Parts: sequence; structure tokens; C-alpha cells
Amino acid sequence: MSRIAATIEQARQSGGKLLIPYLVAGDPDLATSAKLMHELVDCGADILELGIPFSDPSSDGPVIQRGVERALARGTTLRDVLALVQEFRQRDDHTPIVLMGYLNPIEIMGQEAFVAAAVDSGVDGVLIVDMPPAEAGELHRRLQAAQVDTIFLVAPTTTRDRVNDIVQHCSGYLYYVSLKGVTGAVLSDYDSVAENISNLRSLCDLPIVVGFGINDAASAQAMARAADGIVIGSALVGRIGTLDERAEPADLKHCTEVIRAARVAINDIK
Amino acid sequence: MPAPEPEPSDFSGPDESGHFGPYGGVFVGETLIAAVEELAATYTHLAQEADFWQQFDSELKHYVGRPSPLYYAERLSKHCGGARIYLKREDLNHTGAHKVNNTIGQALLAKHMGKTRIIAETGAGQHGVASATVAARLGLECHVYMGAEDIVRQAPNVYRMKLLGANVIAVHSGSRTLKDAMNEALRDWATNVDNTYYIIGTVAGPHPYPTLVRDFQCVIGREARAQSLDQCGRLPDALVACVGGGSNAIGLFHPFLADSGVAMYGVEAAGKGLETGAHAAPLNAGKPGVLHGNRTYLMTDAAGQIVETHSISAGLDYPGVGPEHAWLKDLDRVKYVSATDHEALQAFHDCTRLEGIIPALESSHAVAYGMELAASLPGEQIVLINLSGRGDKDIETVATLEGLSLESRT
Repeated sequence: MSRIAATIEQARQSGGKLLIPYLVAGDPDLATSAKLMHELVDCGADILELGIPFSDPSSDGPVIQRGVERALARGTTLRDVLALVQEFRQRDDHTPIVLMGYLNPIEIMGQEAFVAAAVDSGVDGVLIVDMPPAEAGELHRRLQAAQVDTIFLVAPTTTRDRVNDIVQHCSGYLYYVSLKGVTGAVLSDYDSVAENISNLRSLCDLPIVVGFGINDAASAQAMARAADGIVIGSALVGRIGTLDERAEPADLKHCTEVIRAARVAINDIK
Repeated sequence: MPAPEPEPSDFSGPDESGHFGPYGGVFVGETLIAAVEELAATYTHLAQEADFWQQFDSELKHYVGRPSPLYYAERLSKHCGGARIYLKREDLNHTGAHKVNNTIGQALLAKHMGKTRIIAETGAGQHGVASATVAARLGLECHVYMGAEDIVRQAPNVYRMKLLGANVIAVHSGSRTLKDAMNEALRDWATNVDNTYYIIGTVAGPHPYPTLVRDFQCVIGREARAQSLDQCGRLPDALVACVGGGSNAIGLFHPFLADSGVAMYGVEAAGKGLETGAHAAPLNAGKPGVLHGNRTYLMTDAAGQIVETHSISAGLDYPGVGPEHAWLKDLDRVKYVSATDHEALQAFHDCTRLEGIIPALESSHAVAYGMELAASLPGEQIVLINLSGRGDKDIETVATLEGLSLESRT
């Protein structure tokens, strides 16, 4: 069983909700990212989404853009991101890692080389924001063959017919985008998100996690109630933005506090 | 001589899902898919309606002032000492460039779709001005994203857009230029997708943009073809147009694609020289990748990051190119060549002094290559250059480059 499947199975059995923090690899530097990843697992993260820095993150809001710019200022490349996963795996062989990013760095590295390196370094899933199922073709087949999950997004604007098509391509979990907008936007209408997720459930068996706009314990709890898990990105990346190379363990703890608080809040749902 | 009809085209891209061979497609976030599909469905429907094209043609005739002349540049031709040079005068359009052909077409689409809010990205400001112009003409709200660097470089166009009632939004992310303005426009569109129409200014972006922008710009090539037959009794031997995103070039080339005797040259910006890396020539020196909704040739580094481009001309300063150009390059139907900043500047002066026509710095790249080509061809041949815009907007740039200030030039 893959790490993602095992994690989901465990949550299903215990009735727990998945907590998925997102951070940009190399923000503010690769060594700090490695420490943060372990720290996030200590905070109760079930799965880690690791952002691949890209110069033109057109689906991301200003907070994640700045995280990406910090990582790129240090010259972080896709190969560095894969090496970071490999390093993380030395100490943690059970927490699933999903790479999230844009297609161009993967295209330029070469699909075949990327998939081989992803498997070697211990990547469990891939979510490419600007690659909808209709364009996923060859890369999707390669990832499937290598038993790396391909995670796709469903948005409030996604039609019912499209959901059926996306579900055919998606494995691991389905990522529901809570709002029309970019990462870090303000989410206000919890009720319609809950309703849309409940509609999605009739169309697929995959676990559904919700992301975009979840920034504190209260929004984490409200959204986790409706879904199988939640993703927290901008709220974490904004705090990471306060770190520098002299960051002490206490500083890392301070910036992952939002994840710790979300864990407590969503554990209370049971 | 009777007008020969073009042969049925082998270049009839894109396919149904928007691909030109391996290029093009729809590479956007899920939130925008429904909007892109709605646009494709609307355009597919309207493109078959005679009424829509009548309205478009009427706007082009009475508002833009088309047809634009095909002008024999006699002194420029003599100066080169070879083929006859003809200029397609897109600089005479309302707002001073070919950009307005597209914004009129897309604004009509926006109206049909019931969208009340227009957004656009702009580099040099020409597409922003053309968008603000049609928004004013049709009573639509207009927001233009522009890189903070470009706002400084192109102050007169910023003021022009504001006069026209548009809201100009400075983009401070990334390299603070055109590509970042396009990222920001995509973010706005994802956020306001219900009431907003995004007018992309070139033949790039997700399907159906490369197709519909091309179709609106094809008026250039259709006119030029008919004018050449009428004025010269035959088709030109070569077409020359500058290529940034490539909308003026595809507009000129497309109606001639099936005319196998017509050679075509797309001129990219070689900046300080292709060998220096400081250029904006993805077809000459880039490689295929994915950016801004489509697969195409890009300026990208070994790690897949989009690299900063350089050109004397802000309108060519873009790291990608329309997917149909990528395809035409691979098919070898169009030759993609380049002109440096220096060559473009020389052509700017030659055209101005010899013909009394101040070309845009973008178009000056086409003039530069066109002059070189004409010089290499015999006198009975015809080289048709697309003069895609007028250079009034560039005189301050040119003066500064040549160490002059406009105040002290008396």
C-alpha cells in the first residue's frame, strides 16, 4: 500500500481528518525547509504538500508568490526539491509527500527524468496546477505506471460532467478549491463549500480535501467538518516569511503554531 | 490577371481542443476552465454568424478607418537597391497600431456574453490603450494590468489609458513587466470570473485565444492580399512582420499560408544579440515549454524558470510566442529570423527620413529585416512589410538612447 493510501486508511479507521500543510521548498532556504517538514509532522500533519518554486505562479496569491520569490532568490530548482524529499526520507519514511507546482519546470527537466527522480526520492503524489486532465496525457500515464498519485483540483466553477472526467484521472485524494480566486484569498461562505463537497461525494469515492482560504483554527474546523481533510498554505507560508537563516528551533515552532492549532481544532470534531 | 484563389490549406489548425501540432492547448488552473470553455463555445457559435462579422467589419471601417493602405515605399526601396518594398500601413489605424483590430472583436464577444467588466494586460501600453478605447466606445468597465517597470517606461500611454477611463494597476511581482502583468490578469480573472472578460492582446494564452485573436487580425492579410493583386497584379514574393507574441505577424501571414510562392519571415527581437542572451527571441533561441495557458517556445533556463527578456521595444519584450508560430516554425512554412536593437534603430531612422513615416520600434524590427531581404532580391520582386504601428510613442525612448533630451533638441 502506498504511503498516501495507508495514511488515508488510518484516518478512515480512526475517524480522523487529514491535515495537510503546504510550504514552498527552499523558502527561506533548503535547510530550513527540511527542519520545517519534520516540525510540521510533529505538529500533527498527515501529508505534506511541497511547492515547486516557479517564476510565474499565476494561480497563487501574493503570500505564496513571495515565498516562491524567496526560494528562487536562493536558486532553488526542481532537482533541489527532489533532493530535499530524499533528505526528509532519511528520517521519515511514512509521511506522504505531494509535490505541487506548475508544469514548465517538469517539462524542461523532461517527463521521464522527472518521474524516475520523483520515485527515487520518495515522492508519493503530484499536483500540477496548470495541467488539467485533458492535457495530462503522457505525464499522467508515466506517473500512474510509477505508482505516483496524480491529484487534480475541482473548483466551484467545475461542471458536473467535468467532475466525472477529473475523477477518472485523479488518485490519492481530490483537492476541492473552496473559492473563486487564488491561494490566500478570504473564504467566507462555509455553507456553500459544505454543500458543494456533499454534491461531490455523490460523484466520487476519493477522499476530498479542501484548500484555499483556510487560515486559522476556526476555519480549519469548519471546513474539516465538511470534508475529509484540509490544506493550509498561505497562513503557514506567511509566517515562514518571517524566518531567516539564523532561525532557532523556537522560531520554527512559532511559525508552525497555526498547524498545531488546526490539529487540535479538527481533532475536536470527532 | 485574375485573382488566384488560395489552395485548401494544410495549415488549418488548431484541432478541436486547441492544439497546433504539439503546441497550444489549455494549461490553466481549474477555476478558469469553465470560463475558457464558455468563451470557446460562444466564439465557435458567433464565428458562424454573418451578423457578427458584419458588425465587426462595420466597426473596422467606421471606427478604425480600415482598410489600411498598402503603400509602395519607393525611396526606401531605392535605398536598399533590390526588390520593391511595400508597407502595410497598420500605423494608420485608430490608436496607431494593429492592436485595435483584436480589441474590437473581443469587446464584441464580451458584450455578447453579457460581461460588464474588461481586464487586459499590457507591456508597451498599446494593447492597454486599444482595450481602454473599445471599453470607452462600448461603455464597459476596464482594468489594465501593467508591470511597474513598464509604467515608468511608458508614461504617456498610462495617461492615455486613464484619460479613456481605465483603471491602470501596477504589478510589482516577479520581473515587473509584461509576463507578470499577464499572471496578475489571470489571477483577477479567476477571482472575478462571473462578470469579467479577459482581453488577451496577442495570439497566446489558452485556447481559444490564439485562434480568435488570429481571426480578428487576419483582416490585415486579407486586405494585403487583395491590395497586392489589385495594385501589383500579383502576390508579393515575401512577407515580413515582427514577432513578439505574434498577432500582427499571424494576421498578415495566415491568409497567405496556402500561397506556396509567398515566402514568410517573422522577425524576433535579438536585443543586444542572440549570443548575449539579452534578447526576446524564443523561436530562435528558446525551447518548448508551458506558460500562460499554452505550450510553445519559451525563454526558459535549465531549471524551467522563465528568464527575463530584453528588447529596445517593450512590445516585443515577452518570453513566449503564439503557439501557431511555434507550429509554423516546426513545419518550416515561416522562417523566424531576428533583428537587434541596433538594427531596428537604424531602420527606424531610415524609414522616418526616407519615407516620412515614423515606425514603432516593434515594427522597426520588421523594417530592418525587410530592407536586408529586399537588398538581396532582384528589382522585379515584391517584399511586403507589416508596419504594425506608428512610432510616436517611442520618440522619447529613441532620444534617450541617443543621448538627447527632447527639451534640448532644438
